[in-house]
Amino acid sequence: MSVPQTAILPGRGGAAGTAADLFWRNPKVLLALLLIPPLLWLGIIYLGSLFALLAQSFFSIDEFSGLVKYELTLKTYRELLNPANLDIIARTVLMAAAVTIAAAIVAFPVAYYAARYARGRWKALFYLGIMLPLWSSYLVKVYAWKLILAKEGILNWVFEKLHLTWLLEAYLSAPVIGGNSLSVSYTGTFLVFLYVWLPFMILPVQAALERVPGNLVEASADLGATPAQTFRNVLLPLAMPGVVAGSIFTFSLTLGDYIIPQIIGSSRLFIGQAVYAHQGTAGNIPLAAAFTVVPVVIMGFYLWGAKRLGAFNAL
Amino acid sequence: MQTAVLFSRVSRHFGNVRAVDEVDLDVAEGEFFAMLGPSGSGKTTCLRLIAGFEQPTAGHIEIFGQTAEGVPPYRRNVNTVFQDYALFPHLSVLDNVAYGLMIRGVGKRERLQEAETALELVRLPGYGDRRPSQLSGGQRQRVALARALVNKPKVLLLDEPLGALDLKLREQMQEELKALQRSLGITFIFVTHDQGEALSMADRVAVFNDGRIMQVGTPQDIYQRPRSRFVADFVGASNVLPPDFSGSRNWASLRPEAIRLVSSDGRPARVLSRNYLGGQTRLSLEAGGQRLNMLAASGDDLPADGANVRIDWSPDDLHLMEDGE
Amino acid sequence: MRSDRSNRSPLALKIAAAAGLAFLHLPILLIFVYAFTTEDKSYQWPPPGFTIKWLGVTWNRPDVWEALWLSVRVAGIATLIAIVLGTLCAAAVSRWKFFGHETISLLVILPIALPGIITGIALRSAFNLADMPFSFWTIVLGHATFCIVVVYNNAVARFRRTSGSLIEASMDLGADGFQTFRYVILPNIGTALLAGGMLAFALSFDEVIVTTFTAGQQATLPIWMLEELVRPRQRPVTNVVAMVVVLVTFLPILAAYYLTRDGDHVAGHGK
Repeated sequence: MSVPQTAILPGRGGAAGTAADLFWRNPKVLLALLLIPPLLWLGIIYLGSLFALLAQSFFSIDEFSGLVKYELTLKTYRELLNPANLDIIARTVLMAAAVTIAAAIVAFPVAYYAARYARGRWKALFYLGIMLPLWSSYLVKVYAWKLILAKEGILNWVFEKLHLTWLLEAYLSAPVIGGNSLSVSYTGTFLVFLYVWLPFMILPVQAALERVPGNLVEASADLGATPAQTFRNVLLPLAMPGVVAGSIFTFSLTLGDYIIPQIIGSSRLFIGQAVYAHQGTAGNIPLAAAFTVVPVVIMGFYLWGAKRLGAFNAL
Repeated sequence: MQTAVLFSRVSRHFGNVRAVDEVDLDVAEGEFFAMLGPSGSGKTTCLRLIAGFEQPTAGHIEIFGQTAEGVPPYRRNVNTVFQDYALFPHLSVLDNVAYGLMIRGVGKRERLQEAETALELVRLPGYGDRRPSQLSGGQRQRVALARALVNKPKVLLLDEPLGALDLKLREQMQEELKALQRSLGITFIFVTHDQGEALSMADRVAVFNDGRIMQVGTPQDIYQRPRSRFVADFVGASNVLPPDFSGSRNWASLRPEAIRLVSSDGRPARVLSRNYLGGQTRLSLEAGGQRLNMLAASGDDLPADGANVRIDWSPDDLHLMEDGE
Repeated sequence: MRSDRSNRSPLALKIAAAAGLAFLHLPILLIFVYAFTTEDKSYQWPPPGFTIKWLGVTWNRPDVWEALWLSVRVAGIATLIAIVLGTLCAAAVSRWKFFGHETISLLVILPIALPGIITGIALRSAFNLADMPFSFWTIVLGHATFCIVVVYNNAVARFRRTSGSLIEASMDLGADGFQTFRYVILPNIGTALLAGGMLAFALSFDEVIVTTFTAGQQATLPIWMLEELVRPRQRPVTNVVAMVVVLVTFLPILAAYYLTRDGDHVAGHGK
């Protein structure tokens, strides 16, 4: 018989057995061992870097030597608030808001269809249809739009074939949203932002809609609501946390991006480009650091508001 | 007979919650012992204290005379059948059953053979190649049982083992578990909130409430001679009667089937409602301001709702409890 | 949403949903067409003709191979680090309720929640402060930081599905902590870790923003592409590289999807 007859068995012995007993007796030791490596990495290296960056924004740059002066001052923040820089901030925030609103409008039907009507194989296909663009290369996506918006590219060709070139030209001659061509206009920048961040809006909205029981829609119809009323009074409020969760992504990602406006858009700067320019060629790390504080502060308020709306449960 | 499990003044507190509060308990070797109580009464915590998943805040636990505090679950020759069965989803049924032997270093051929024997014991021969997900609830329950029994534990713990099964299967498994326990002679300790299950299967029952044991005894003891209002109430829907009604200093219990309808003498009562249960009918009565339940054989001669009747019982059936005024 | 009634969707909704999906996919499909165009000076549409000669040209470009190889090595090592650190964090958070539980979740998500430029510039100035020369390892350091969250999310979701009673059952059957980890926990979370690893690889493979700050002279494939985007010099080669990048990232995503599809919808969260 391989089985011992006593009620309490001896330990396995050996180093592993002893260590296992120790961890069993003191789970906190194990917990600490598990947490130390990731905490060292994220808590020390990463957070440390962030704070170091933040600290730099309280230094300033010497106008004559171009070197950083290591004494605490708010001079850099005064510089941040000059009209040209405020312009950059306002432009970026407006763009982020426009992208977010458009993403919500485009995402809703896709998410709604995927959540409510897609079944079985179609459901999987829809899911992949959203996941693949989400995960495919950011640069490739931007590159694709460079191809689309080029003067000799497909979009101009389509307008030409439809004999609508006049319409495009009329649009481009409009102030602010227009420009010499789509690829150097705010509209171009907007389209690429919308395209690149759209999946980040679809997924949370879909997740929120999945949780709406189908019979709520039927109940609303049963109580005499038209489809439009059902949408406004039942679906939209229930999908709202998802929309807010998605907007966290679209908003934050637009605020911090510096590559899209650099490749497709007018020459006017966005926050990300300003950060990049100041830390790079200008060597003005304090001002670059102060610029990075802007999206952090904006997102801080945004997240605080989103949390009050209960958006985090939809993430 | 040797004591299998001994608790002396065992407490387990979670912060301010006294899940188990100064419990004394002894379970004899080879006994089929039930821990009965409502949810949150401390019975499952007691089971986990025996298995080693919890450690007592105070008190002393012995398993077959050996101190159990501070001994991890993997060093206790005690096995558990979990409420949700906890079968390993990544292993076949046979590997699930052989898991304990594999950990103890039993050779592959020998352990698979023993596992197959254990599967035969729970009447699932030939199911070894399946995955747990391919089994029905009742079959999973048997696999969990085989997985525990194959280790020949000194004590087998069962946590609401039949809770997830439907009524018919539950009754069948009750029979099988009882037969299995008799033939193996292993000490079984099982936790349930179903008084019928506890009474029909166990040699002895401990009734738990609020982290304490209210009464330990044979099923007959518990059912016919409840010591407190809680036990009377929880075990078998007895009528719990206040002292002024029973005419003594203490509360009394009166089982529904002990009440008879009589044509003269007895007490006047009024029928409030009738519930047809098949062979028997439950009458809800009102007598002297006290509500009473009685069980009568179903038949055409039962009084109608609202009828005035007379009822009586034999003095022996009126059981006085320890709870005073 | 589980109504069995055969719901027919309104036509307008169908069209809007299809248009949305088309909007997501057509631009990527366009890449495949351009990879075979004969036009090499502009982005002319429709392509004047088709050829496969650019595949050969790209194949013989050492700079492309070098960038690809660097990206694969960076992604591989960053993924390994992320798997170890992400799993440790997930295990700690799932197994114990302890003070600071939420802080840890936040800390893990932060590198991806903050705009990449902030993570990038913070790491860059930290490397500068620490006098660390920019190298292969500084790129890995940056990538691993934002890859942890992907593994973490996958692992946490699976830990949550692996009921605690499995661990107790294993201990009950005589296995100590290490044996339980080896025979029960690891087989149960294995596919989730693999899926998380695949996604981390894909994430690292095409990351560009943080990389521009943490790389020195080295060019990963995305950096190579970014240079081509800013100053187009060899359009046909870029077209082919873009197509290859799409194909290379699709494979791990599909694999990750199949590894986790029964149950946790986690693949998207965290990017």
